[in-house]
Amino acid sequence: MSARVGIVGVGHTRFGNSSEYDLADVMAYAATDALIDAGILEQRRVVDQVVVANMASGLFCNQTSVASSLVSRMDMEPTPAELVENGPASGASAIKVAYMAIASGMADVALVAGGEVMRKVSGWRATDIVATMLHTEAEYNMGLTLPSFGGMFARLYMERYGCTERDLALIAVKDHANGALNKYAHVQVPCTIEAIADSETAHVVNNYVAEPLRIYSTCPVTDGAAALVLANMDSPKAKLFKKKPVRIAGVASATDTHCVHNRKDPLYLDAVRIAGEKAYAMAGVGPKDISFAELHDAFVILELAISEELGLFERGKSFLAVRDGATAISGRLPINPSGGLKSKGHPVGATGVSQVVELARQLRGEVEPGRQVKDPKYGIAVNFGGFGNNVVATICAKD
Amino acid sequence: MAIDAIEAKLRPPALPIVPYPAKMITLADGEIMVVREARREEVGVLLGTVYPLIGVPADYYDIVATRMYEELLGWYRYRTANEFVLVGAINGVIAGIVTSRSVSPKLGMSLHTLTIKRGLRIGAQLFAAKMEDHIEYQGADEVWIVAESPNGWRRWMIEYELEDRSSQYPEVRHELGGVPTFVLTRKLWNAVKASKCTGVRPVPPEVLAAANKLKMPDEYPQIPGFKR
Repeated sequence: MSARVGIVGVGHTRFGNSSEYDLADVMAYAATDALIDAGILEQRRVVDQVVVANMASGLFCNQTSVASSLVSRMDMEPTPAELVENGPASGASAIKVAYMAIASGMADVALVAGGEVMRKVSGWRATDIVATMLHTEAEYNMGLTLPSFGGMFARLYMERYGCTERDLALIAVKDHANGALNKYAHVQVPCTIEAIADSETAHVVNNYVAEPLRIYSTCPVTDGAAALVLANMDSPKAKLFKKKPVRIAGVASATDTHCVHNRKDPLYLDAVRIAGEKAYAMAGVGPKDISFAELHDAFVILELAISEELGLFERGKSFLAVRDGATAISGRLPINPSGGLKSKGHPVGATGVSQVVELARQLRGEVEPGRQVKDPKYGIAVNFGGFGNNVVATICAKD
Repeated sequence: MAIDAIEAKLRPPALPIVPYPAKMITLADGEIMVVREARREEVGVLLGTVYPLIGVPADYYDIVATRMYEELLGWYRYRTANEFVLVGAINGVIAGIVTSRSVSPKLGMSLHTLTIKRGLRIGAQLFAAKMEDHIEYQGADEVWIVAESPNGWRRWMIEYELEDRSSQYPEVRHELGGVPTFVLTRKLWNAVKASKCTGVRPVPPEVLAAANKLKMPDEYPQIPGFKR
């Protein structure tokens, strides 16, 4: 039987603009925060393995080998350290790798740090860099970007199921209400449905980015880092940690065609569904057991589609749940209580780790007043790589 | 020579400035921002708003605030020709200021855009209002524009797809120190104004009344812990 793996420390920077800082320093800040939270900053050499998540520091910052940089910044040599790159799902993939290291017995304690500094370049250049994860010949060279994919996906979803632009705006209102209370969020400003959808001036205040997606349908370009300390809950080292662990009950990933046009139906995100099913099976739970979810809403339309693939809502019906308030903090299934990528921000290498930090903080009951999910038992996070071609689902449990 | 006669010689020749009608915009957070012309007697509250930002190097606030301070004085003391100042106010609290001037009836010279409250695209709205004033109200056929910060570059040069006239230097040179000159033509404006410029007119009297009593902000996101 493999070891039980728990989260014993969490760390996070304030997401936003860290472009004046070195990426390794930003990640070291979050890592230090996590080690302090775990109570092992002074004894940090108990960490057997460092796993770093980053997507494109070579392009954003002209900086590579960030795992080595981080270990050196943290004065943790000779701890082994590896870099995991899986596009915007790098963070959750790094958690999965660390989980496997512990579950296999290769390590008892692992530090996972994800980070990205994207704002050293312009927003347009950042969009171009992120687009390099698309299929080179069939997509990237044709001028496709992630927002353009998001726009086409949203248009198709709206036409098929009757979702409206106003429904998308309602997701933003919900996410920003949560993000405004999250001390780590990039955009801590609430928005109103009147201002971004209903008023005479909304079309300019909330202008199109990739029709039908608007500014308030898309995540900002964000810098930041997040970190976790994972440990074998049955190891003698488990006594070192000052807080009760949050157990990683399931972690699984799946892939789909690199080219979106090769899928039978572009609205079906098979990798999300399969990763979710595997994570549920590993955790021994199902959608009805989930108390809340952190879903990869780089474009708010993805919050809807991912929630449906996970079985949290019937296909084509999740926007009705948003209308009813079911996904708000006070609703029956809160989604993105952190503010999601929409409000909290999306530093691509950090996002997957940040989502699981939020799961842990919620399950510990440690988040800011006003956005604490009531009595959560299980939280699920989905970190979405490419346009759904490499996806990781993670389920955490409060035992 | 009497003092007032000397003063008259010091003042620049003036073109008539067409009044800019106030408008209101519902910002993303639901607050109402009124955009209106600033009045000369309001220079004190404008200077007091700008002054704290002179010491903020981040995002080039220092150079923009310093130059805007000078422009406000030049406007107030009649040392800059045909200058106008627009202010964005939320419940009377100044959220942003723009300065600009007409060089001739057909040429506008955009000076500075300063955003105090951030994250709500206030700068973008005020810049659009400035362009609207030049082209729709003053009757300019083009406005010369420079950017002194990366944010300005992204907002104006790229988003408006401004015409690059930098190769025509020195014949085409903006008044702000030889920074490469870009131009918003009437044709470009007509192409973008529907997506960039908005506002509801007339402003209801009670909303305008609040905006007519300008107040300096108590907080600056650029200056954590600021106390006036």
